[in-house]
Amino acid sequence: MADNTPDNNSGKGPLRRFLDLPTDSIPKTLFVAIALCLFASMVVSVAAVSLRPIQEENKLRDKRINILQVAGVYAPGANVREAFEAFEPHVLDLTTGRFTEEFDVATFDEQVAAADPDLSRALASDPAGIGRQSNFKTIYLLRREDGSIDKVILPVHGYGLWSTLYGFIALEDNGNDIFGLQFYQHAETPGLGAEVDNPRWKSLWAGKKLRDDNGDLQITVDKTAPPAGEDFHIDALAGATLTSRGVDNLVKFWMGEEGYATFLNNLQAGEIS
Amino acid sequence: MTQKRRELLVDPLVDNNPITLQVLGICSALAVTSSLQVSFVMALAVIAVTGFSSMFISMLRNHIPGSIRIIVQMVIIASLVILVDQILKAFAYEISKTLSVFVGLIITNCIVMGRAEAFAMKNPPVASFLDGVGNGLGYGLILMLVGFIRELFGAGSLFGITILETVNNGGWYVPNGMLLLPPSAFFIIGLLIWAFRTWKPKQVEEREFKIQTVEAH
Repeated sequence: MADNTPDNNSGKGPLRRFLDLPTDSIPKTLFVAIALCLFASMVVSVAAVSLRPIQEENKLRDKRINILQVAGVYAPGANVREAFEAFEPHVLDLTTGRFTEEFDVATFDEQVAAADPDLSRALASDPAGIGRQSNFKTIYLLRREDGSIDKVILPVHGYGLWSTLYGFIALEDNGNDIFGLQFYQHAETPGLGAEVDNPRWKSLWAGKKLRDDNGDLQITVDKTAPPAGEDFHIDALAGATLTSRGVDNLVKFWMGEEGYATFLNNLQAGEIS
Repeated sequence: MTQKRRELLVDPLVDNNPITLQVLGICSALAVTSSLQVSFVMALAVIAVTGFSSMFISMLRNHIPGSIRIIVQMVIIASLVILVDQILKAFAYEISKTLSVFVGLIITNCIVMGRAEAFAMKNPPVASFLDGVGNGLGYGLILMLVGFIRELFGAGSLFGITILETVNNGGWYVPNGMLLLPPSAFFIIGLLIWAFRTWKPKQVEEREFKIQTVEAH
């Protein structure tokens, strides 16, 4: 090829001179590699940086829609931001079961806290497969018009079959009756484990109770009802034994002593307002 | 010339389909075809990536040193894939959640590399672009066919709209759960290859060897 022969014409700029080098020479190879990498990394980083605000907004919106759905106040097409203003976020200290003002709710990041040894702890027994647990969680309160608590929305997560399921559980103001459960992120098998998203299955949760009259945690996801009775039983998903077991474990874990039990006791005693 | 360009676009649909004839890009075809909507977006993403990567590689083809040409192609393809991924995350968040890693894995889709290496390195940009888009369309066609079968019989719906009311939702149709699992796509793609080759016997490959028959006496 004629245009690839070395040419020492002096009237050309440095770029032109590089392009005119024989394609397989070492300088040209280096030049092409470096120039291409620089260009490609620029394109990629510009795209990533300029689209990040929209992506963050999407994530937040998605999370909020899930909170609205689990509380049963989501209307498709409604303004999510406005509807979400009814919810009151608080940072909860799991060890004391009370809200803490230590962190700013708007900027508190639970995942960062879970990695910080001062704010989290390693779990001795870890049925939900979550590794380190943050001592602080962001929870949401939905209030009635008179200002009393209507529902509490608690974030939960735990391991299913393939993935960690992230979701919310909504409880009535007595801290014992379940209003709903919803997962917003998981990668369970479509058609089997992913049926945790099936509205019919999710509707089974409404009205179930966490603890019996003695205060023992009885809620169970299984094929058959526990001895405590149907009030504490959610039928497991057909064909998804391990996902169901994961959900069972994570609900028991988060509603138990390591999770929100202290907070729920406080709520029942009327100490949370 | 226009006839030639038309061929570049149409040929990969049936006569030279990347999946059924060349048997490339199978892995993602197994993974993303459990619903039509996801298949559709995946097909669009692959069409965009094969088209533009072929075009850019073709534009640079006279300056790509042979010793690093595969890496150069990979850099171009990878950048385009990241772009597509970022755009999906920003403007089609729900779908990007279901596609998850598979958009990123377009980088390793053999169709993209195959067209870059087999066509774009030796042909002008416009022809390469059309060839890339054509092959993306061929891939997309199979994806949609497989997605159609899997979603209809596996979940009783098409594009998320219920066609066959499933038992889980109080209807009569007992969905075939296996169709929602990736291995089912193997069977469907295999049957499609069989159908294509029955329809176009020219696609049947010659046997690589003959079993020798010993005359029995």
